[in-house]
Amino acid sequence: MPVIVTGAITILIGVGGMLAYFWLSNILLDRVFFPAKGENIGRNVRRATAIRPWLFVFPAIFALSLYLVVPVFYSAYLSVTSFASDNLAERGRFANYAAVFSDPEFRIALFNNFLWVLVVPAASTFIGLLAAQLTDRLSWGNIAKSLVFMPMAISFVGASLIWSFVYHPDPEIGILNAIRVTFGAEGGRTFIDGDVIDSLWLMVVLIWIQTGFAMVILSAALRGVPEDTIEAAIVDGANPFQIFFKIKVPQIMPTILVVWTTITILVLKVYDIVAAMGSQYRNVEILPTQMMQSFDSGNYGFATAISIVIMVLVLPVMIWNIRQSRAELR
Amino acid sequence: MADLKLTDVQKVYGGTVKVLSDINLDIKTGELIVFVGPSGCGKSTLLRMIAGLEKITGGTLEIDGQVVNDVPPSQRGIAMVFQSYALYPHMTVYENMAFSLRIAKADAATIDAKVRAAADKLQLTNFLDRLPKALSGGQRQRVAIGRSIVRDPKVYLFDEPLSNLDAALRVATRIEIAQLKEQMPDSTMVYVTHDQVEAMTLATRIVVLAGGGIAQVGTPLDLYERPNSTFVAQFIGSPAMNLLPGRITGTGDVTTLELDAGGGQITSTYPSRDSDMGAAVQVGIRPEDMTATEGDIFAFQGKVEITEALGEVTLLYFQKAAADQDAVIGKLAGIHQGLRGTTVRLTAKPEKVHVFRDGVSLLHRDAPVFLPGVQPH
Repeated sequence: MPVIVTGAITILIGVGGMLAYFWLSNILLDRVFFPAKGENIGRNVRRATAIRPWLFVFPAIFALSLYLVVPVFYSAYLSVTSFASDNLAERGRFANYAAVFSDPEFRIALFNNFLWVLVVPAASTFIGLLAAQLTDRLSWGNIAKSLVFMPMAISFVGASLIWSFVYHPDPEIGILNAIRVTFGAEGGRTFIDGDVIDSLWLMVVLIWIQTGFAMVILSAALRGVPEDTIEAAIVDGANPFQIFFKIKVPQIMPTILVVWTTITILVLKVYDIVAAMGSQYRNVEILPTQMMQSFDSGNYGFATAISIVIMVLVLPVMIWNIRQSRAELR
Repeated sequence: MADLKLTDVQKVYGGTVKVLSDINLDIKTGELIVFVGPSGCGKSTLLRMIAGLEKITGGTLEIDGQVVNDVPPSQRGIAMVFQSYALYPHMTVYENMAFSLRIAKADAATIDAKVRAAADKLQLTNFLDRLPKALSGGQRQRVAIGRSIVRDPKVYLFDEPLSNLDAALRVATRIEIAQLKEQMPDSTMVYVTHDQVEAMTLATRIVVLAGGGIAQVGTPLDLYERPNSTFVAQFIGSPAMNLLPGRITGTGDVTTLELDAGGGQITSTYPSRDSDMGAAVQVGIRPEDMTATEGDIFAFQGKVEITEALGEVTLLYFQKAAADQDAVIGKLAGIHQGLRGTTVRLTAKPEKVHVFRDGVSLLHRDAPVFLPGVQPH
């Protein structure tokens, strides 16, 4: 059977199955269990209303528990039970964690991760904010915004490939080297060759992708700043810079923080860019790539220990992010 | 502290849409000028042009004898109070009031003194550390006023400052603004509102704007007693003045009129000329000036369709003579019961009878009168 047919059938079964589930479960609820008739009509309607939301969320809860919650606990379990050697196993339950934290490569990865967390969210948010403000009143602002936003539609691996060409050592291929040669440099230079600082070149890719996201969200927030407060500031004598930094930015600060933390969470999970562009260099390694390497070499205990470390790092940011965006909704 | 002079000011949007034209206005130091007019008459636009937030597309605006058409708002010596208060939500009351001075790089001691003086004047001293969201509507409005006071402007501009307040607070804040004006007799104020009571109670002079121009300028009672056109006559006063069609039957210092609906001859203290003899006119009588009569001489007779008893007055809504005409309204002092469905005759004293020929008051026909060409309500 051709692939396209199997694909179509899968989609039909999936979508049709879900529709059938919603339809049938609601019919069961309304006709069989709590029919809106008879002597208990009031009680039945109330109970049906109370149960109905659960019918609709059940598939999502089920799938999320199966593919997210269970793996989290299983990973935690593996990290304290699966050991690469008997030697390691004898050192107690937390031997994997001890091994992780004493591993020099882990320290490099952790350090790099911190660099990523420090640089990428800050740069993306700042450039996005700038782009949002600068395109706000332009006649061609929407075109500019679409262009800035477009990288969001490219997969991380695709973007890495594009930037690999940008950084290419051959001046005939890499635009950066082409520019350098134009200004008199002798031959091309290899940008990513294993220095710690090379992480920055990789971060550029993610900044390039995430700036669009920050810009779109912040642009909407800037539009929400009451025009009156800006006019009041004009009458008060503020210049455009003061209006931007003292009137507009403070008013959208909650949104800025949500954008910042959202990108931070993403950065802590980033894997593809480093894997695609710097996999051969230890020095640009980050936690997820190290985790994958241990996983590939069958060292499950070590890999899951790293994954739990990543989760512990992401969790506080995540909780804060959710709280902040909820507060903003209110 | 400052005179304000508008000469042939106009506002055109996109080269074709004329919003305001031929605005000529002389505002003297210490006056409180109120712009009123129906929605969309351009009163807020005119205020924003004075503030410098809208470009003046024609004519000149002078403040203190200086043309300020191209001077940025902050250097015009004006301060503005916005309808929505426009407080900076992330700053405390103190910071809100200090903002303009900090921008102007005043030293901390001066800022502190000015902010505290303004806060004291507006009873805001206890709220200086609060954010705007922790204040009531009236307090926010006072902060907005305080923010303009600290700038010590030549001209205060108010854009419908009370329209976001509830009725009771509106009355209280209106009185506060009147008291504030008393405390600062030299400051010039321009105030935009659509509320007649605010206009009548606060204004030194009222400017009635309509149809892109100025319909009439005058003191509140001037506009009430001597409106220059049927538009102003019906715009000022509530319920609106009744306009009854009639003819002039006797001219001179006192004009004799006969109404189309009959009722004999009534007189008005408006003077008329010989050439007016027999001319078709509109006879204007305010509802509150009408009195019931049993006699054969009356200004109006009709069947009462609806009555509204408010205690202090009773409003009578008469059956319309034709579908396209406004219903005649009478406002009788005191309580009158059992009038609904009966036929009532009303008359008015000669000094309360206004006469308009072609929409222009007989009192004002020597000066050019701008007829807005729109409905007052």
